[in-house]
Amino acid sequence: MKLSITFDRLRWEEKALKEEADKMGLEAELVDTRQLALNITRKKLRNGFGDLVLQRCISHYRSFFLTKILENYGVPVINSVDVSEVCGNKLLTSMLLTKAGVPTPKTYVALSADCAIPAAASVGYPLVLKPFVGSWGRNVSIASDEQALATIVELRESMQNPIEHMYYIQEYVKRPPRDIRVVIAGQDIIAAIYRHAPRNDWRTNVARGATASSFKPDEELAEVVQKAAKAVGGGVLGVDAMESENGYLIHEVNNTVEFKGAQSVTKARIARRILKYVVSSVRG
Amino acid sequence: MEENCEECDARIAIPQDVLVGEIIKCKECGSEYEVASIRANGVRLKSAEVAEEDWGE
Repeated sequence: MKLSITFDRLRWEEKALKEEADKMGLEAELVDTRQLALNITRKKLRNGFGDLVLQRCISHYRSFFLTKILENYGVPVINSVDVSEVCGNKLLTSMLLTKAGVPTPKTYVALSADCAIPAAASVGYPLVLKPFVGSWGRNVSIASDEQALATIVELRESMQNPIEHMYYIQEYVKRPPRDIRVVIAGQDIIAAIYRHAPRNDWRTNVARGATASSFKPDEELAEVVQKAAKAVGGGVLGVDAMESENGYLIHEVNNTVEFKGAQSVTKARIARRILKYVVSSVRG
Repeated sequence: MEENCEECDARIAIPQDVLVGEIIKCKECGSEYEVASIRANGVRLKSAEVAEEDWGE
C-alpha cells in the first residue's frame, strides 16, 4: 500500500509521520502540493498519489481544493473533503456540533455590520469575535463592551475581503487559564493535554506560546470529544474543549491537527496511532 | 552543517536529517527559511512563506 502525505509547509508533524511510516514499513511519500498542477478535465488522474492520501496542508483552501480533486478521481483522503469543509469553517463546525447535541459556546452569526451590535447584546459582554476561517488564535479578539466591539467592526468594515463583513460572535466562557486539546483518530483518543495560556495572552494556542501538560480524560470528556469527532465526520482530528462552570464545551475541531506540543508531554506514540488508523481505514 | 542567516548573519545549524521543504528558524533573529534544495556541501535556503489568512490546523 502506498501512502502520500501531502503538505505545503513541512512541519515537525509531517516529518514525524513520514519517519514513523518508514519504521512501520509503509511505502510513504511526502508530496509538496505547491508543486502540483493537475489536469482536471481528464477522465483519470495522471499523478500517482497511491492508495491513500493523508492530507496535511496548512492552507485551508489548498487542502480543500486538492482533496476535492482527489476524491473526484476516487482517491481516498483523510480527512475527507466534507470534514475539511466543516472544520475549516467555524460557522459549519458550530452548527454540526449543535445538531449532534455536543455542548458548544453560544454563538451568533451576524450577516452584516448593522446586525453585529444587536447580536452582541444577545450574546452578552464580554464576548469573543473569531474569523470564520483561520486558526492558531489569529485575529481572535475579545470585545469587553459595545464600544470595543464597534471599534473592531469599524476595522473589519475597512477590509476588502467580504467575509470580514460578517461576524462570528461567541460568548466568552469563564474557564481556568487553560483549555484542552484532544488528539483523536476515529474514536481512538490518542492524547489529551491542557494548554496553559502564556502570561501575556488569554488565548491558549501552542502557536501563541501556550505550554502543554498531559492528563487522562475523564469519562465525560472522552464521551463529548468522541461525539464531537463523529459530528464533524470523523478522521484524524484535534478537538478543543473548555472547562466551563456547566461542564465541558467544545469550541473547535481541527482538521490538520498539530501534535508537537502534545507529543512533548506524552508517551503515546501519536504519529504511529494516526498512521494505524489511516491504514485501517483503507484496509477496513 | 551550518548556513548563514540572510537577515542577521548568525550561523544557523542545519539538522543532519533535513528534508527539502523543511522550515529552519534562525535562533538569533527568528527569521524563517525553507530548505529549497540539498547539496553535497550544504543546503540552499530561501525565505519561508509568510502566513496566509487561511493557514491553520
